[in-house]
Amino acid sequence: MANLQSNSGDPKVNYEYRRKKSADEMRMQVITFTLMIFFTVLAFAAVGAGFSKWFIIPFVLLLACVQVAFQLYYFMHMSHKGHEAPQLFMWSGIFVAFLTILTFLTIIWW
Amino acid sequence: MAAEEKFSPQTWPVSPEQATLEGKNKFLGFWFFLGGETVLFASLFATYLALKDSVPSPDHALAKDLFELPLVFLMTMLLLTSSLTSVFAMYHMKNYNFKKMQTWLFITVVLGLAFLACEIYEFNHYYHEFGHTFTSSAFGSAFYMLVGFHGGHVVFGLAWIIALMIRNAKRGLNLYNAPKFYLASLYWHFIDVVWVFIFTVVYLMGMVG
Repeated sequence: MANLQSNSGDPKVNYEYRRKKSADEMRMQVITFTLMIFFTVLAFAAVGAGFSKWFIIPFVLLLACVQVAFQLYYFMHMSHKGHEAPQLFMWSGIFVAFLTILTFLTIIWW
Repeated sequence: MAAEEKFSPQTWPVSPEQATLEGKNKFLGFWFFLGGETVLFASLFATYLALKDSVPSPDHALAKDLFELPLVFLMTMLLLTSSLTSVFAMYHMKNYNFKKMQTWLFITVVLGLAFLACEIYEFNHYYHEFGHTFTSSAFGSAFYMLVGFHGGHVVFGLAWIIALMIRNAKRGLNLYNAPKFYLASLYWHFIDVVWVFIFTVVYLMGMVG
């Protein structure tokens, strides 16, 4: 379990320290959200502007991966201590997911 | 720490979702489930990519004839915002503020319902305007399987959050229900994770061919 408590024996100090910590984290999450909105708008704008598909496809996929990383590590707290097992589960899942998609895409190659 | 113990904001633990053994087990089990869900959705994405635009005759609508970006953009904003509101709910859960947590969960549910309404409108539109159905082509089957399965997750997530809100309305927060609220919010975030790939792979890449 992540133990973020300060060493102070005074519960009041401890409490204020924790309040401040979670308020700081909240600010980070609002920034994350703003960036995610921005990336979404960028992705839709790239398609709306009618660039070549060889630019659009890698571009929107990259933005999607960044957004998902934000979602997992900040909104779902995977960046916190005590998330080693979730990281193992998710990364194993992503690895198998990648293999599955690669297989299905190559099986229809020709 | 006993699950039914009464708390104040000062005595509430730092990670209430993992303060009991039951909470720790649920946390681990749920992440394992999410890893499995990743693989499950990957198989649906893989099927969709392999069968995209596979139609039996040229009079069937293809991806770029069907999709309309403004509606998809609206749906994306609704779901993304609902993800943030459930973060707010968990912020208040960690501060032991039950009322504010319930308020933000309620807003999350409203946004989720709005998303669902858009999706129902969308599917209805494809059926009436284009005759695009689950059985009209391999493309249709793969499309509705993937997007519909995500929609099914939205329905389940909404039912889950509403059930938790009603069940615990008079009980307040304790270490027995804190893990439940936390996991429901993780599930809700995961739904948004899947949607990010759906709007990118299905809709945006569908528009450019």
